[in-house]
Order: sequence, then C-alpha cells, then structure tokens
Amino acid sequence: MMKQWQVAKRILPLLAVFSLLLSACGREDLSVMKPQGPVAQGQYDLMKLSIAIMIVVLIIVFAIAAYVLIRFRRRAGQNEMPEQVEGNFKLEVIWTAIPLLLVIVLAVPTVKTIFAQGEDLSNDKNAIQVKVTSHQYWWEFTYPQYDVTTAQDLIIPTGKKIAFELKTADVLHSFWVPSLAGKMDTNPDGTLNKFSFSAPNEGVYRGKCAELCGRSHAFMEFKVKAVSQESFDKWVNEMKAPAVLPEDTQLAEKFKTNCLSCHAVGDQGGPVAPNLTGIGGKQSVAGILLNQGEGQEDGNPVLDNMKEWLHDPQSVKPGNTMPNPKDLGLTDEEIDGIAEYLANYKLDYE
Amino acid sequence: MDWITTVDHKKIAVLYLIAGGFFFGIGGIEAILIRIQLMKPMNDFVSAQVFNELITMHGTTMIFLGVMPIIFALMNAVVPLQIGARDVAFPFVNALGFWTFLFGGLLLNLSWLMGGAPDAGWTSYTPLSGSEYSGTHGVDFYTIGLQIAGLGTLIGGINFLATIITMRAPGMSYMRMPMFTWTTFITSAIILFAFPAITVGLVLLTFDRILGANFFDVAGGGNPVLWQHIFWIFGHPEVYILILPAFGIISEVIPTFARKRLFGYSSMVFATILIAFLGFMVWAHHMFTTGLGTVANALFSISTMLIAVPTGIKIFNWLFTMWGGQIRFTAANLFAVGFVPTFVMGGVTGVMLASAPADFQFHDTYFVVAHFHYVIVGGLVLGLFSGLHYWWPKMFGRVLSETLGKWTFWTFMIGFQLTFFVQHFLGLMGMQRRIVTYLPNQDFDLLNLVSSVGAFLMGVGVIMFLVNIVITTRKPVDAPNDPWEDGRTLEWSIPSPPPEYNFKQTPLVRGIDAYWKEKMAGHTEMTPAEPVGSIHMPSATPLPFVMSVGIFIAGLGLMFSKDDFGNAFMNGLFNNYIVVIIGLLITFGAMALRSLYDDHGWHIEPEDQDEKGVRT
Ligand code: HEM
Ligand SMILES: [Cu+2]
Repeated sequence: MMKQWQVAKRILPLLAVFSLLLSACGREDLSVMKPQGPVAQGQYDLMKLSIAIMIVVLIIVFAIAAYVLIRFRRRAGQNEMPEQVEGNFKLEVIWTAIPLLLVIVLAVPTVKTIFAQGEDLSNDKNAIQVKVTSHQYWWEFTYPQYDVTTAQDLIIPTGKKIAFELKTADVLHSFWVPSLAGKMDTNPDGTLNKFSFSAPNEGVYRGKCAELCGRSHAFMEFKVKAVSQESFDKWVNEMKAPAVLPEDTQLAEKFKTNCLSCHAVGDQGGPVAPNLTGIGGKQSVAGILLNQGEGQEDGNPVLDNMKEWLHDPQSVKPGNTMPNPKDLGLTDEEIDGIAEYLANYKLDYE
Repeated sequence: MDWITTVDHKKIAVLYLIAGGFFFGIGGIEAILIRIQLMKPMNDFVSAQVFNELITMHGTTMIFLGVMPIIFALMNAVVPLQIGARDVAFPFVNALGFWTFLFGGLLLNLSWLMGGAPDAGWTSYTPLSGSEYSGTHGVDFYTIGLQIAGLGTLIGGINFLATIITMRAPGMSYMRMPMFTWTTFITSAIILFAFPAITVGLVLLTFDRILGANFFDVAGGGNPVLWQHIFWIFGHPEVYILILPAFGIISEVIPTFARKRLFGYSSMVFATILIAFLGFMVWAHHMFTTGLGTVANALFSISTMLIAVPTGIKIFNWLFTMWGGQIRFTAANLFAVGFVPTFVMGGVTGVMLASAPADFQFHDTYFVVAHFHYVIVGGLVLGLFSGLHYWWPKMFGRVLSETLGKWTFWTFMIGFQLTFFVQHFLGLMGMQRRIVTYLPNQDFDLLNLVSSVGAFLMGVGVIMFLVNIVITTRKPVDAPNDPWEDGRTLEWSIPSPPPEYNFKQTPLVRGIDAYWKEKMAGHTEMTPAEPVGSIHMPSATPLPFVMSVGIFIAGLGLMFSKDDFGNAFMNGLFNNYIVVIIGLLITFGAMALRSLYDDHGWHIEPEDQDEKGVRT
C-alpha cells in the first residue's frame, strides 16, 4: 500500500489544502468528507488521491487553454495564413502516456481497496451479524446471534465489526451511512449483498436510502447509533424483555387488535411492520420525524411526532402501507392515548 | 404538406431540429420545476408522485427526445454535404426514421395528459417499474414510446452508415473525411450495436407488464439485476452516442476559427474508435453497488479509467490546434472554446467515479448528477449550441446575430457552472439524488438555492437563443457560400442554403479539408469530378408518415388492451386487440404500397439547375 502513496507525495501539499477545503463542509454525522470509521476513511483516502490527480490535470489543461486563448487570438490586420501543422508524433505520444500513467497511479490503490473492503465476514464469530431488510419505506434490522429485531435505529457496539447481509422485501433500495461507509444495494433473495463497517466512536450517524424506491424514497432515512459494548449488551437484554403494554386495559386491547396485527413490541405481535419496542427512545418517528435530542436541531418532542404520524401517516410518508388509525375505527382520544404510551415506551440502556 | 411528404435530407434536418427543440423545451421546463421544488428544504411545490414523474420524464425526454434529434438534425444537414453527396443513401427510410421518432416521442409525452407519467426514473429499474409497484400506465408509455422512438434512431443510424460508406465523393478516402463525418460514422455504428439491447429490454419489460411474463420478477424465477445489465449495456454506449458528435462539432469549429487544420487528425480518428470500443466494455461501472463482486468491480474500474486516455488525446489535440493559430471568438467558437474546460471537468469526475470503492460513496448522489450534467450539458449541449451557430447560415441562409449569440453563451455558461458545480459538494455532503425534498440543517440549503438560481439563468440563456432565431428568421436570405470565410470542408463550397440537389457536379476531393485546399490553390470552387448532367431525385411521399401513424395507433392499442373503459364498444375495440390490428394494418398497408408501386423518382435537367438555394 505504502509504495503507491509515495507517488502521491509529490502532490501532497495540494492534497493537504484540499482536504482542508473539503472537510470544511458537511455535518460530521452525515458527510462523506468527515469519515467516522475505517471503511469510510479508506474510501475518502481514495477520493482525496483521485481529486489531487484530477486537480493537477485541470490545472495543466486550464493553463494551456488560457495561454493559447490569450496568446493566439487573431489581431486586426493579421491576414497571412498560419502554418498548417499536421500533428506531432512526439507530443501525441506524450499525451497518451501521461494519462496512462495517472490512471495507473489511481488504479493500483483502487484495486487494493476493492479487495481489502470486499472481505466476507459472515462467518466471523467476532463480528456482529446484522440482517438488513429494506421495505417501502422503512428499514428492518435483525441480529441473528441475539434473536433480536428492530427498525429504523440500528444499534451497534463501538469498535466491533458489523457484518451486514442485505436484502429487500419489495423493490430495490440502497443502504447508505455516508460517514461510516459507502452504499450497498438491497436486492431480492438470490442476490444478497454482504459488506461490513465499524464505528470506533460513540455517536449517532445518519443513514439514507440511495436508490429510487417510490414516492417516499426521500423519507426513507434511518440512524446508526454506536454505543459502548455494555450499553449494547444492556440494549439486547431490554429488547428481549417481555412487552410493556398500555396500562389502561381497554387501550391495551385496542392497541393489540389494531396495531399488533402488523407491528411487534417485545414478545408480542407480528413482523409485517416496524418493531416498536422502545420506540419512544428512538431518534425519530418513522425515520423522518426527528425527535428532540443530541444533534437534531429541528427535532420536535417525540410525543408531537408520534401524534403527527398516527393522525395521518400518508401525509408524512406518501405511499406507505400503514392504514390510517382513524380508518381502523380508533377515536382521536384513543389515538392520542396510544401516542402517549408509545412516546413513553423507552428502553434504559445508556 | 410539403413537410409531411419530404424526403430531402436538408428538410428532414429542419424537422428534427424543430421536434428536438420542442422536446428540449419540455425537458427544460421539467428541469426548472425540479429546481423550484429543491430550492428550499421541505418544500411542497409538487407532490412526491409528481416529482418522481418529473425526474423520470426530464431524464428520458432530454436524452432520447431532446438532444438526440438535434444531433440527428445536424448530421442530416451536414454529413451529405461534407462528403459531397446529393442525399443520404435511403431518403425514404430517412423520413421514416424521423416520423417514428416523432410519434414515439409524442406517445411518451401523452402520458402527462392520460393519467400519469412514468415514475421509475429514466433507468426504470425493476421491480419498481413492474406493474406491481408502478400501477398506472406511466411505465407503459415509457416502454412503448421509447420502443417506437428507438426504431427511428436505429433506422437513422443505419442510414448514415450506408451513406458514409457508399456515397463519398471521388477522392474522399476514409482518412480524408471531416471529423464530424467521422464521429457520425462511429456514432451510427454504436447505435447499430447498442439499440438492439434496449429494444430487447423494452420488449421484455413490456411482456412483464402487459402480458404477465416473469423476466424480471423474482417470484416467477426472474432477476431484476438482469434489467440493469441490459439497460446499461445499452445505456453506457448511449452516453458516447451523445458525446461523440459533440467531439465532431468541436473538431470542425475550432480549426475553422483558428484558421489551422486539426492537430493530429489520425490520432483523433483513432481515439474516436477507441472510445467507442471501450464504451461497450464499461457498462457495469453503473452497477458497482449492485454487488457484482470484487473481481468484476476491479475489472470494470480499470477499463473505465482507461477511457481517460483517448479522451485526453482529444483534449490536447484541440488545444494544439489553436496553438499558433489566429483565433476568432465568434459565438460558435465561444461555445466550442467553453466546451473544452467544461468537458474536462466532467471527464475528471468520471475518472473519480471509476474508482469503485469511492463510487460506493458517489453513486446515486448529487455528485453523479453534477458529473453527468457536466458531460451532457457542459459537453453535448455546448457542442450543439456551437454547431447550431456554426451551421445555421448553411442550413437557413441567414447568419444568427453574433451579439445575441455571445450573450446566450455567457448567460448559459455562468448559469451552468452555478447550477452544477455546487452539486458536487451536495453529493459529498450526503445528499442522495432523486429525492423530492430534504430536511433542513444538513448544510444542503444554501447550495441548493445557488443551484436553482443557476438553473433559471440557463433558462434565460435558452430563451435568448430562441429570440435570436426569431429575429434572424426575419432577415433576408443573404448568407454567402462561406460566411465564416475560413470554411475548410465541402459544405462551404456550395450556396447557403444548398440547392435541392446539393452539388450540381460531384466535387473531386484532393485532400483533408478539401475546400480549403482549393482555396489555397487560388480556386473559388471545387474542381468537378463529372460533367454537368441530369440529376436523379427521389419522389416525395407521405408513406413514412402514414406508417408511423400506424405504429403509433398500434402502440396505444397495446397499452390499453387490458383496460376497462366502462363502455362495451371501447372495451370490444381495445380488449380484442382490434386497435392494435388496425394500426398494424395501416403500417403494413403502407409498406405494401411502397413495395408494389415502383417509383423511379424524377430528374432535374441541366437547364433547370438554378444555382441558388431553394429553401428557407
Ligand atoms: C436547464 C438545464 C438542466 C437542469 C437545471 C437540470 C437539472 C436536473 C436535476 C435537478 C435533476 C434531478 C436530479 C435527481 O434528483 O436525480 C436532473 C436529472 C437528470 N437530467 Fe437534467 N438538467 C438540465 C438539463 C439536462 C439535459 C440537457 C440533459 C440531457 C441531455 C439532462 C439529463 C438528465 C438526466 C438523464 C437525469 C436523471 C433523471 C433520472 O434520475 O431518471 N438534464 N436534471
Ligand atoms: Cu428506498
């Protein structure tokens, strides 16, 4: 690896200036230019190398162009024909060879990174296995080693390698956490994709769906929350604890018949819709309505978001498949009651 | 009527130009609407559904119906003249190509009026484009409209191949052909190999959607990734179909206004062929994140990067054409000169994208949107503007206003850079493409606003060009044969606009830049290769138009063959494929007429050979 970077050293000053310039913009939890993990870092290094090479090319071409355009403009009274040059074999060979050289400088680290990052960790006992299933328009995360399933917020322990297996339940989507790693498509069964990343630092990272998947493609966001190993273990235990249901038994009954036919909490309910265990403590409602909290300047109180969603899911995420609770026969008070219950359903693991 | 029956390549060029301009306008309006929607976060100017229709139709319209026909317009107007021919090889087929293209395009755009435009992106990835997830007729308009329009393109490409192979004037060897003819030739070859792929893909998708087949449906044993391969095996060469003609235009305009022959002509030809060849080997670079595996990603990374080599050759050859010349900054040349650095920008980001691990970050973000607009708008559209300003006098006998042309250039160019330069950064900051809106406070707001303002400026530039056309059309037809005075190729040796038969006597070509060579030898005209004689002309005919109308009707019939109109008569017509049959009968009937009646055309006798141009 190092040898190739030697070549890049000549353009190092430029590189430095550019990384400064580039990293000046974007949020840490979102920007490709502020990588927060080794995979994104490797990809960013390649980008910096290629940007540096390309800047050199641009400077050369722009300089020649500027010189030519200024030096050789036609002046008044200039009437003799310029010499008709056929070409110049030597020059032409030079500008065939130089791009070829630059391409090689970029190609070698590219290929190395491809193979380094293409490692399959699906049988690695030390990695956390996560099965990602994308749905129009939400994300499902299953941890087969722990027998836990959650949605929208992916909780991971810091420093551990997370080995993903991706698939979709309907159309193609693409799983992307810019500050942790590049994206990977989610294909249907038969063409499953695998990849991995890790997050050394605790924090919340924004994830996006990057493949046009229908009307609410723009709203198909998710969060990756990296926590300490202890917190993670605690979270797993909390997830496996028996379900908490609304205290009001009548409301609990309504919740069971109307919501748990698709959703699950704890050990109850079904897998058709996002798992709601501990939803009140998540970063967002429905992935897109940000809850108040760290790094979410525009976040609203989780109760407000919950009410907004439950009173009209279609206006939040057009085309999603959740029925409107009103159409299920719930009254406004009942909806507010469920919203309150869910907003207060938090897991204690941090 | 004259326009419906014409088979003259020069008139067909004008038809292509008008139709292309019309669709370009529609695509442009769609672009502006997209940019209004994205001007600020959480905007609700259009709904999510309409937004998806807008991006799909904008991309599809621009690529297939906007710029392709304008390219074809220039090819039709210029190539026969550049090679000293009296027409294309198959004038009837040429007209047929235009009319199928037009009716395909109209069918596609009818979708706006008939219950929903296609909404799965111009790439129409399955399963999203399947009937299960895209329930309106939108994608049917896409598959059938593009199928019909594509037929026209394929026909046009084959015609140019035949024309260039068989109809060059005496002395015009391949290595003496003007660069624009060369790129037309190579482009047509790419069309010949690439369009069958999309044809097959569209047929398969039509079968899936209308006849319930399972080519791309996993539940039925199909594979959605297959669509991506088929689409990009066509789609990547398509990019070169677009950009090579622009290379050709630039290679004509720059030498003319630098008063120097093209530097490194043979390496230019070689580079063009190499680009076309490599263009077929790199389709999977659109699919790095699909999960092709490390080996495939590595191979496609490298083959993609290699395209930088022939492209680099071209750039430096253009720069050295100007080196030591006497550059005149006409409007046409401004666009050509502006093309070079802008295209280089698009090229270098292309090489960046080729690095697969980095592309995992770039793919499907605004970085890619910026990249391909630098290539298609900064490359091709600037090239087309250059070509239009350059050949306008030859096509219409009137020179476009230079002042307005320069204003067009500066507004368009500044608008363009504003719109697309900042999008590179939006992509790197985490903004994915094809999103109807975005949350505030992600650092996306300001750059999106800048981008939208730039788009409005580009719109102003395009309007200036239209104004220029209108003003110029009012002027008398008085352009000289060689209005730029330094014309180098054959088209500048005949009147502007050319007479119906182009060349009274086929010229004798004595070298590269044939007309310039004669001028340098002190001649004002080409040396003829034949005596004055009677000129054979093909007859005008409405049959190509009728055949295309038939295909259009059949297409509509097929699309609605499963619908319930709530009306027994309509249901009977459509559900029994009667409309399809009527349409096909019209087409085949016209074909039969064409084959049964021998039409030998007509002749223009020497005494009627009026040297002046006959068209407006
Ligand atoms: C006024 C000039 C133009 C503007 C402001 C503009 C703007 C845009 C924008 C904002 C998008 C949507 C990006 C996204 O979210 O995916 C887009 C997509 C696209 N544009 Fe343009 N564009 C312009 C001209 C053109 C031209 C001339 C062409 C081609 C000849 C073109 C080809 C495309 C294509 C292929 C797409 C992708 C559509 C899709 O995602 O299916 N654009 N453009
Ligand atoms: Cu999605």
